[in-house]
Amino acid sequence: MFDTIRRLVDEQGRLSVAAATIGDDADLYATGLTSFAAVQLMLALEETFDVEFPDRMLNRRSFSSIAAIANCLQEIKAEEAA
Amino acid sequence: MNAPLDRGANVVATAARHADDVDRKGRFPVEAVQALKDARLLALLIPVEFGGGGAALADVAELCTSLGQQCASTAMIFAMHQIKVASLVAHGRGAAWHESFMRRVCDEQLLLGSATTEGGVGGNLRNSICAFERDGDIFRIAKEGALISYGAYSDAILVTARRAADAPPSDQQMAVLEKSQFRLERTGSWDALGMRGTCSEGFTFSGQAPTEQIFAHDFAEIASQSMLATAHLLWSAVWFGVASDALARAQGFVRKDARRHPDGPAPGALRLAEATNKLQLMRVNIVEGLKRFAKAQKNEDDLNSMSFAVAMNNVKIGSSQLSIEIINHALLIAGIAGYKNDTPYSVGRHMRDALSAQVMISNDRIFTNLSNLLLAQRIDQRLGD
Repeated sequence: MFDTIRRLVDEQGRLSVAAATIGDDADLYATGLTSFAAVQLMLALEETFDVEFPDRMLNRRSFSSIAAIANCLQEIKAEEAA
Repeated sequence: MNAPLDRGANVVATAARHADDVDRKGRFPVEAVQALKDARLLALLIPVEFGGGGAALADVAELCTSLGQQCASTAMIFAMHQIKVASLVAHGRGAAWHESFMRRVCDEQLLLGSATTEGGVGGNLRNSICAFERDGDIFRIAKEGALISYGAYSDAILVTARRAADAPPSDQQMAVLEKSQFRLERTGSWDALGMRGTCSEGFTFSGQAPTEQIFAHDFAEIASQSMLATAHLLWSAVWFGVASDALARAQGFVRKDARRHPDGPAPGALRLAEATNKLQLMRVNIVEGLKRFAKAQKNEDDLNSMSFAVAMNNVKIGSSQLSIEIINHALLIAGIAGYKNDTPYSVGRHMRDALSAQVMISNDRIFTNLSNLLLAQRIDQRLGD
């Protein structure tokens, strides 16, 4: 999952560095993620993982790091399975 | 009784007395701003513990509206100052330098300006080209092509820049620089259609200050948690004042006409009814926005949410559009008497001032941002909370 997230961050995040070089907990906004790019990234995540981000996850924190994104995806998957 | 409004009554009267001269000459409303300082209203939003008025944003908005009815330039300067104060309060608490500066804003009634735009970023205040260049405990900054409202009259300016020379354009911070710490070189004039007293000239801003004057919070947080909401709400309050005064003038015209022609209402009476409907929409838009902000301030995730950003952007779009529609109705009602600049029904200055609403942060830019957010955020289909 983390590799796929990193690929999508590279494709959609418009960061100043490659996603492979940043840690799971590194602040994506500090490496150039904008709110515009965060939406594009969310759409790519939805398409790739076949999920929908609920409104309560549509805040800055959800896309603040690779780990935060993975947490959201796991939470959505867990809810779908329940 | 509303204490801030009572204290503001004299300021409103002063603003009214000089409004035409301020507009005609495109000069800073020095008398009204001095009256604001004398009434200690520049510290209205600062908590009591730091020596301020401890007022709610709604009280500040009410005063913006009262001022907007008389002198839109004074009202907008007051609003823009309070937007900076709101950021200082929300993000400067807990920082020794910023807390002491808050006290000084109260004691000395310092007028705060804003340098968040820059030449070359296409009006997007969430991008910077210039950077804070740190050298030990000091930073230097040089920002070109900044449009700084009342910059020449500001006692301190809050300026944005990239965190460091190697940071991406969106990784911004904000710092406070006092008048003795910055230099302004005028590069552009302000001979504008309306809001002529705001003196929103272009400058090259340069200065240096201790690094402790940089806010610890990222500018992204400052922008979304205090600036976005307070700007759109207080600007809207100003425009509501401008529009409501225009409509009150039009109503005066209709009433005078009705006394002369008791046989039936003039055609303008229907327009007045129609326009009061728009005025009500404008009011509830702003009041609902103030409530939404007060609610979001209790929950950081809500404050950072897309739904909150959508709501605040819509407040701005709605009130900027409605203000122009309402003033246009006032003009249609009063006819030539409204079109002329020297009658009790004149709404020319109102219209010119209100036209700024759709271009101070262009509505088209906001629609573009909104359309992006709406790729994610669902339409809110509830009536209540």
